[in-house]
Amino acid sequence: MIDKNLELFDCGHRACGGCGAALAARLVTKAAGKDTIVVSATGCMEVFSTPYPETAWKVPWIHSLFENASAVASGIEASLKKQGRTEKVVIMAGDGATFDIGMICISGAFERGHDLTYICYDNEAYMNTGIQRSGATPYDASTTTSPAGKCSFGNKRPKKDMPQILAAHGAPYVATASIAYPADFMQKVEKAINTKGPCYVQVHAPCCTGWGFEGNQTVAIAKLAIETGLWVNFEMVDGKVVKAKKVVRKPVEEYLKTQKRFRHLFKPKRQDAEIAAIQAMADKNAEKYAIDIKLKKE
Amino acid sequence: MMEITEGSHAVAEAVKFCRPQVIAAYPITPQTHIVEALAEYVANCELDAEYITVENEFSALSACIGASAAGSRTYSATTSQGLALMFEVCFNVAGMRLPIVMSIANRALGAPLSIWNDQQDSISLRDSGWLQFYAEDNQEATDLHYIAYRVAEESSVLLPAFVCFDGFILSHTYEPIDMLTQDDIDRFLPKYTPSERLDAADPISFGMYATPEYYHEFRYEMDRALKESKAIIHKAGKEFGQMFGRDYSAMVEGYRLEDAETAIVALGSICGTTKDAIDEMRDEGKKVGLLKIRVFRPFPTEDVAKALLHVKRVAVLDKNISLGAKGAVTLEVKDALYNSGIPVKGYIIGLGGRDVRKKDIKEIVALVEKGQGDMFYGLRTEVL
Repeated sequence: MIDKNLELFDCGHRACGGCGAALAARLVTKAAGKDTIVVSATGCMEVFSTPYPETAWKVPWIHSLFENASAVASGIEASLKKQGRTEKVVIMAGDGATFDIGMICISGAFERGHDLTYICYDNEAYMNTGIQRSGATPYDASTTTSPAGKCSFGNKRPKKDMPQILAAHGAPYVATASIAYPADFMQKVEKAINTKGPCYVQVHAPCCTGWGFEGNQTVAIAKLAIETGLWVNFEMVDGKVVKAKKVVRKPVEEYLKTQKRFRHLFKPKRQDAEIAAIQAMADKNAEKYAIDIKLKKE
Repeated sequence: MMEITEGSHAVAEAVKFCRPQVIAAYPITPQTHIVEALAEYVANCELDAEYITVENEFSALSACIGASAAGSRTYSATTSQGLALMFEVCFNVAGMRLPIVMSIANRALGAPLSIWNDQQDSISLRDSGWLQFYAEDNQEATDLHYIAYRVAEESSVLLPAFVCFDGFILSHTYEPIDMLTQDDIDRFLPKYTPSERLDAADPISFGMYATPEYYHEFRYEMDRALKESKAIIHKAGKEFGQMFGRDYSAMVEGYRLEDAETAIVALGSICGTTKDAIDEMRDEGKKVGLLKIRVFRPFPTEDVAKALLHVKRVAVLDKNISLGAKGAVTLEVKDALYNSGIPVKGYIIGLGGRDVRKKDIKEIVALVEKGQGDMFYGLRTEVL
């Protein structure tokens, strides 16, 4: 049972107002409870939550390096097993630490089958270093290393499909979630923690600073990602998609136009072909995960 | 009990007696026999440890961080490229004050690729905050593991330690070794009981980031702990000697040095060859002695100065080179003897497995007597 009143990620940390990742941390600790050891990768969350000598974490917490959170967690799990201890091991890492630099360590840890839960807070770029593209940055997003310009529409590639990659490792439970749906997210975290073996939850965590929107819009924008089909909340058990959140889909531009990172698709002139390409990605998602709710004809 | 054993197997057995609770390692020549032997111990229930077969050395030491922080005695072994891959993690382990012990079967670093011995690998990590022990033979290679855990885990130290022994020259050589027993080591090495660990019953944060207001002091405290570990090494080494007859209280060891006019300074297996060469030179009437350095970090500057102050000249053998400068040991010895007026010459020798023979040592003595040094010894000029 999740105790929604439990606060194990304390206030007073240095995150921006409206930080999706900070909300994710709070929800994860609620869902995981006190008997949890959290391993963080280097990144925004690590920096805003633990400026020495202060810490926001009321559970045992460790940070080592950018790319090794899965390996550190493997060692913790082995140590706990040896000592007969029962704490759960939860990794919290950003998309850069997950999709890119930490890929080898994650693959190793999942292949070895350690009993751990990996939460990737996905804000779709390297925010801590100043909004550079990662393997999780969406198509056409403008970042400081994939800037939109006279001959570029921003990031040239779609997101890497991490959930599929980890499912292919034999992960018993893989899920995507969104900070806009906290109850669903917490349930998924709880499920991942209570499933033996390496489990993965990727949570969409909008970044007001990096994406370019007002801090009071974080949840609304996360919701729009779901409603346009650009982000799909699903669950995979033993490699098979067993559930995906259905929506009455909105056109993708309703999501794109809310953020400065996609501004070049609308100004100085509307880029219909690019918007259509992104719409096609949402359509493909909708088909793949069967998320469309068919409205009855009036 | 005396046994004729391969160096790697002897080291593995010594590690077993230290009762590591978590081992994470990745195979690399010439370290492999150690990790294979440990895997066999675990498979046969002779060692009750979690053995994590990681995907590379970077993850090996990273997994050790987690295991050590969670409160387990932790072990790894590597060499050369593996240690280079661990570079980032090595600094992290020391900064987090985790007393991990790691065996280094010393090997050269590429390019060009070489699987053979020199000491460039561990020497290149001299600034990382790890203690560095160097073994002359396999007896010392085993014994130093017990000492390393004792010192590393001491509450005033809490720093990781390398136990270095020369790849192939020691790791793959069979020698008679007086193997201690589990009971012996249980008496010498207490159970690991860290005062701080990752524990839900008492949550703390490990590995936070430090602003310029704090970072400087973190480094100072590491340096202080490393320097103060000299006293702990002395104490542990002395106690070991009282219990088992082999005294490791000194960080440096003289051989026929008392009346020597020429001193050779070296670390590792080359000391054995040097001793034989010295015996022959002594028979010829040459007053030559050896100062063996057993602990390179912390560097025993005062001990080196004290041991060498009476000699007329010093020849330092370095199986490493700080390219563009000198060998690392030479630089330390020059520092120790600064203002003494004693000439110190360095000789880069035996890189990438080039054999070092008694006649090489004798030639170096002849060179230093002529005042020639600070050079690569034994260059094959025909291939340059």
